[in-house]
Formats: sequence, structure tokens, C-alpha cells
Amino acid sequence: MTVTDSQKMAYVAAQAADARVNLQFETEDGMTLNMGPQHPATHGTLRIVAQLDGEQVVRCEPIPGYMHRGYEKLCEVRTYPQVTTLINRIDWLGSFANEVPFILAAEKLMDVEAPPRAQVIRTILFELSRLGNISLFLGDLGIQLGGITIGFYAFRDREFVLNQIEAATGGRFHPNFDRIGGLKDDLPKGWIAETHRAMDRMRRLCDEFEELVLGNEIFQARTRGIGVIPADIATSYGMSGANLRATGVDWDLRRDACPPGLSYDLADWKVWTHPDGDSYARTWVRLQEVRESTHIVDQLLDSIPAGPIMAKVPRIIKVPEGEAWVATENPLGEMGYYVVSKGDLVPFRVKIRSASFNNISVVPWVTRGVFVPDVITIMASLYFILGDIDR
Amino acid sequence: MSELIFAIELAYWQQTLIKVLVAAVLIPTTALILGIVFLFKMMSWMQSRMGPQEAGPRGLLQLAADGLKFLQKEDIIPDRADRFVFKAAPVVVLASTFLTYVILPAGPDLIIENLPTGIFFAMAVSSLSVVGVLMAGWSSSNKYALMGGLRAGGQLIAYELPLILAVMGVVIQAGSLSMQDIVWAQADGSMFGFGGLGLPFVITQIVAFFIFMVAIQAELTQPPFDMPVAESEVVGGFHVEYTGFRFLFFFLGEFATAFAFAAIAATLFLGGWWVPGIDPNSALANIVGPIALFVKIMVVAFLIFWFRFTYPRFREDQLQRFAWKYLIPLALANITITGILVVVL
Amino acid sequence: MPKVPGMVKGLGVTFRTMVETLKPSGGPATVQYPHEKEEPSPRARGVIALHEENCTACMLCSRECPDWCIYIEAHKTLAPPRRAGGKPRQVNQLDRFAIDYSLCMYCGICVEVCPFEALFWSPEYEFSEVSIADLLHEKERLGEWMETVPDFEPYEAGSEAKGKKVPR
Ligand code: SF4
Ligand code: SF4
Repeated sequence: MTVTDSQKMAYVAAQAADARVNLQFETEDGMTLNMGPQHPATHGTLRIVAQLDGEQVVRCEPIPGYMHRGYEKLCEVRTYPQVTTLINRIDWLGSFANEVPFILAAEKLMDVEAPPRAQVIRTILFELSRLGNISLFLGDLGIQLGGITIGFYAFRDREFVLNQIEAATGGRFHPNFDRIGGLKDDLPKGWIAETHRAMDRMRRLCDEFEELVLGNEIFQARTRGIGVIPADIATSYGMSGANLRATGVDWDLRRDACPPGLSYDLADWKVWTHPDGDSYARTWVRLQEVRESTHIVDQLLDSIPAGPIMAKVPRIIKVPEGEAWVATENPLGEMGYYVVSKGDLVPFRVKIRSASFNNISVVPWVTRGVFVPDVITIMASLYFILGDIDR
Repeated sequence: MSELIFAIELAYWQQTLIKVLVAAVLIPTTALILGIVFLFKMMSWMQSRMGPQEAGPRGLLQLAADGLKFLQKEDIIPDRADRFVFKAAPVVVLASTFLTYVILPAGPDLIIENLPTGIFFAMAVSSLSVVGVLMAGWSSSNKYALMGGLRAGGQLIAYELPLILAVMGVVIQAGSLSMQDIVWAQADGSMFGFGGLGLPFVITQIVAFFIFMVAIQAELTQPPFDMPVAESEVVGGFHVEYTGFRFLFFFLGEFATAFAFAAIAATLFLGGWWVPGIDPNSALANIVGPIALFVKIMVVAFLIFWFRFTYPRFREDQLQRFAWKYLIPLALANITITGILVVVL
Repeated sequence: MPKVPGMVKGLGVTFRTMVETLKPSGGPATVQYPHEKEEPSPRARGVIALHEENCTACMLCSRECPDWCIYIEAHKTLAPPRRAGGKPRQVNQLDRFAIDYSLCMYCGICVEVCPFEALFWSPEYEFSEVSIADLLHEKERLGEWMETVPDFEPYEAGSEAKGKKVPR
């Protein structure tokens, strides 16, 4: 194979881009280990450069950007209905949850509100995407730690949730179902009963996870006291979601700052926190959150009001001039959109705040002095989705 | 000896040839059996799946198909690898497995070589594989492979000790190092004066059995002790750079060693080829023996793989601590108590 | 009662699942794909079907598609007048209607915006091809999918949405 000049140039350019990190690490003693961009533990293309002393990490830095897709810029050339298809793909495991804050921001600008029925169904789907997302975390954590069986259980039971999302929205992964002023369509017949059944399956998965992984002494030895993040460090790095709650900070946007358009107040539920801040605490909090989520869904399913699914909005959507910031508690943490509109068919500027980027920014701090296997545990328990980091 | 079965006097080289052929056929077969029964089928069932279904009846030939596929693959050697060591490593690993099979008794006369120091020999040659693993890890010129190889080295050495100490309990009780004698000791033993069931050493040596199972799990680098090959940490460890039939060697070595260890465990603790009710001196024992041994091996292998599919893995330092702080003292205590009891009784 | 160690409980879970899988009443969670198939829900977005008679070549779908993968070509013709003695109407005659499924994101916007009910989702999902160029479905192929389009499901209780019908 002959290598063309342009290929050579591209290679040199790529090398130069990495030079900063490589130089920094390789001029010092010890071994530099490059985990990724293709490494089984990064589930995506995150690169982690770790400087090692034996198996102990001296310094470790995550290098995101291998999957940057430029969403913020792409949103500027897509009409509002088209944007939702794009942002579906940010956190690809909890797609519906990505649409909601954007739609809510647009609704805020247009000053419309979805009818109550749409709000409740929206909340249910929001929670379903949380279940679909976090149940995969439960499986993935097991896989990263070598217990692959729980991974298959997670995929097996997650299927029921995905089926429900598909039955309602038509898309298993990328629903594109939320609309400014309501939802695209109403629920099909029999959906509520089926969803109750799916929730039972999810609770069963939680029990199995507790018995197979969480209660296992090896798992506890691997996670307790590993990767401890104190509350002040967590807040100063801007962490959010279950990672923050695992440090003992009682902060959940669903309860504390729920934007209008979601009806969490209809359900009776509780925010779980854990004082330890270690990998075990993060896992435990997520597990309890899955349980709590199933209860929220169960309650909301029984309280869907009758009524229309769509408010009156013009067919061609032009959002009036203004700016809006809406953040919601997504599966991975706080996700927000800052939308600036100039009264056009397309947003003028969109700034996306996604949770994973802040959540992994703590990695250099928390991995100092741990062993290489602990890096894996910590990364897995911090739980990031690469699309959510790189956007 | 084999000449007893064939009732022909064979020259030494003929005997050796037969033995080598038997071993050469046996080892891939056992690896295939374990791979299919446990890795493919049992694991799938435990994970709510059916496993391979397409190749052969119910997918039973899948592993053979995979083996053929490995043979066709390109043989890649990294540019900066130490080529000779790189090529030799899988052979060393497989050789250690081959040698272990030498002393496995499948019947009163079915044994490749009845060494008087059989179990000692088995322990010695099985630890040879660590040399191959270190060679593979070192010569691959890959950081992950190096880490995996070193981890494997540390782990195999740490667990060799409890393994041998656990065996010692059995040896003290049987009073012999020969595998055949250990089987005979179990066949002749009696429980509370009742000799019909003999005395499988798993009853008296339950602690040793436990230690042995834990240690072979570590020796085989299976979860919960699979850090040397941990997929999510060191991406396969020492065999990360191997492709094609060299990888197949490692794979065969892994499963054939699992089979060999299961056979040793079955022989030491479950009575080996001996079945209650069949006179060990009769010719029948030579026919029933291998079947009985096979069943017992499958039981032990089931345990090994059951642990493998259920547990997450330890960390390297926790594993060392576990070996030195708990397993070895426990094994030593077991030997002491066994020794005292054997002398007293 | 002494606490059962977590490691023993874990063994119980895997063993239980194995028994469950092997029991005739239980069975595995998976299906053997080419031999058995899972039935996707009727709303599933599998492939887009075109009801050609309804399409007026208004180009709305092609304009709204986020990655512009719908190709429409049309020319104007005169259709016979609706009432006898009236003037002939000018209509768009569809020459080409193609969707490039190698680009399509299955977002459903085209189906949603079509004002004349000419596009429908079918849950059919088996149309993979060896060559990527074959994923460009022309209007004949898109028309064939119409047969696989299921009826719209009735809505859950309390809904005020109007039921829709698939033209056959
Ligand atoms: S589904 Fe979306 S991407 Fe596909 S053709 Fe329709 S509008 Fe375009
Ligand atoms: S929007 Fe509907 S009617 Fe218009 S061109 Fe597309 S398919 Fe035809």
C-alpha cells in the first residue's frame, strides 16, 4: 500500500494534536499507558492517558473529543422540529430525556404549555428512558468488573422498557417524540398495562443485581473506599446526578427545580443519597434510583388525565426572539440547553450542557494513587456516555 | 500399563508412540468438550440464552468451526516483538498442559506413566505454564501484554503455594505421592467402619478441597481471579498480540489445563476412576473407570465454570493478600491437623 | 438466622436462571433470529411506505428531512377536469420518488409533515443489502411496502386524538 502525502500530513497533524499530552507524560519517569480510544473499558472512544508507577496511577487524564459531532453548531442550521432528531443522539441510551429540556426551552420562549395529559406522558417516557439508561449501567458495571452475567440480565430486562418506548413512540433508541406544545401522538391501547409489567421486570432486575453484584463480597472489596469523592470536590467540579447524590449532596432537579412541563409533583417519591462518595455509593444510589423510577412510573401511569395531547401551535414553528435556559435531571445528571432565538425558523445559538462532561472532569483528581483496575471501576461507576461527553 | 489391555508385548518406542498419540488426540478433545459444554452452553443458559445453534446439531460443532477459523487467520507478529520468544511462548504453555496429562489415571491400568511421584510431577509441570505466559507477555512489546504477563506471573506463583499445600493434606492421608495410590487409598478407605462407599478425601479434606478449588481458579486465570487476561483492564493481557493458531494454542492450553486440573481434583478428592461397587481389580474397572472419571471431572468443571460466570474479579493486590494472608495459613493449619490426626489415629 | 454470604446468593441467581432457561415453561430470553422473529410493535419505524396516488409532489417531506435523503422529481401535467365541462386541472405528476435508506435517520419527520397522507411507517425491518447503493428505494419499491403497513392502533382511554386510517 502506498501512503499518499495527504495521508502522511493527516498523520503528522494527528500526532501533533496529541503531542501536548504525550510530551507531558513521557518526559517523566514511569510508564505511560494509553487506554483508548479503542479500549474495552471506555465504551466509546474516550482516551485515557495514565502515567503509571508499577500498577499505581501517578497521573491520569481523560482526553475526550474523538467523537465530537458539533451539535451546538449543527443545531443552528436545523429547524426546531429537526433539532430533536439530532439531540436524540447525545446520550444515546436515554434519548427521550435529551429532547425534553430543549423542547421545554422552546416552549418557554414561545410561551406555550403542553396539556396536562401530554405532560404526564412526557414524564413517564422521561423516566422510562432513565430506566433504559441506568439498567445498562447496572449491567455494564458488572462487565467491567469481570462478572459478565449481570450484563446479559440487564440487556434482557431492559428490552421490556425499550419495547414500551417503541410501542409508544415508534423508535427504540431515537424516539423523536417530543414536540413543542405536547407530544407527537397519543398512547396506543394496552400500553399502560404493559408498562406496569415492564416495571415489575425492572424491579426483578434490581433484586438480581443486588444479589449477584452488590451483595457480593468481591464487588464490595473492589468498590468500597475506592474513588472517594467528597461533597465539596464534587460540587466544585460541577458534578451532578447520581454521582453528586452519592457524595451526600441532596440535590435532584426533578424535585428541587423541576421546570414547568414535567409533572413529578403528581407522584410521591424520594431522593436517595449516600454519604460515602465511593464507587459503591454511586452504584447503590443508581440502583435505588431505578427502583424509585419504577415507582414513579407506576404512580403516573395510574394518574394520566384525559384530554388532548397537543396544545395549539402553528404548523410552521417560528420561535420569538429571546433566550431561555432549561435544565432537567437526566439519567446521567443535569442536562440543560441554553437557546437563543432571533425569531427565525432555526435557533440562533444553542449551548448544550451535558452531564457526563462535568462528571468525568473529576477523573484526574480522583484517580491519583489508585491502581489500574481501580481506574476501570471508577470510570464505570462514574458512568458516562461518550456521546454525552463529546456531543 | 497399556500392554495389559492389548495383551501384546510392545517395544518401548511403540508404547511411547501410542501414548503420545493418545495424548495428542485427548487434549484438543477435552478442551473442545469443556469449551462447548461449559463456555458455550452452560454460560448461555445461566445468562438466559441458548448459545450457538447453527454449526452442527444444536450448535455442538461451533467450537470446532471456530478452531478451523483460527487456523485460517493471518499469523501476525508485531514488528518489535522478540520473534523467537513470541513464537515459542504458546508452545511452552501447551507443553506444560501436555505433561500434566501424563500422570492422570483413568483406570487401574489406564495411565500414561504411573510415576511414583505423580502429583508432585503434576504440580511441577503445571507451573511451567507461567514461564510461557511471561514469555508471551514480555516478547509482545505491548504494555498491556507486559502488565498481563507480570500479573499472571505474580498470581501463578502466589497460588502455586496454597495449591501444593492443599495437595499435601491429601498426600499425608493417602501416604503416597502416586496418583494411583491415592485412588487406591480412597477405594480402600472406610467411613465409620462402613467400607461400601470407600472414603473420598473430599469428606476428610473438605478444607483442602476448598483451597484447591480456589487455587486452581487462580491458576487457570478465571474469574474471580482473571486479572492477567481481564478484558476491561488489560485487554486480554499476555495474549493480546496473538492471532490465528498461536491464539488457538493459548485457548487450547487454557481449557485443556482446566480439564487436567479438574481431573486432578477429581482424583485427589472424589476418588478418581474408582466407582463404589465395582471391584477395582477387575477388568471392568478399566472400562467403567474412564467414564466415572469423566463424570467426576464434569462435576468439578461445573463448579469451576459456575464460579467463573458468577463472580466479578478481584484486584491484583487483594488477590495476593487473599493468598498469603488467608489461603496459605489455612492450608498450613489443615496440614498440621491432618498430620496430627494421621499420627494419632 | 445467620446471614447468607453474598457470594453464595450470587451462585443461586445464576443457577436459578439456568434452570429457568432449561425448563420447558421458561425458555431463553432470546429468539433464534432467522428462524423465529420478534414482532415489532405496529408503530415501530421500520421502513417508509409510499402511497403514490396521494402524493402531490409538494416537496414538503424532502424539504423537512434533516439529512435531505428524499429525492423527488415531478412535472406538471393537465388532468381531466373534476366536473364535466370544467377546465382541465394542473397537477404534479410524480416522476421519481426515492428515499436513500443509507442516509435516513428514521426520524419520522417526513411522515409527520406530509399533508396528503402519502407516507406511512411500516414495521418491516428486513431490507438490508449487500451493496449500499441498493438501499436507495425508488417509488416502486416504496409502494410495495404499503402492503406491510399495519392499521393504526386504537388509542388508550382518555385520549382525544382522532383515529387515522391507512388508505388501501
Ligand atoms: S425518516 Fe427522517 S431522515 Fe428518513 S427520510 Fe424521513 S425525514 Fe428523512
Ligand atoms: S410531503 Fe407527502 S405529498 Fe408532499 S411530496 Fe412528500 S410524500 Fe408527497
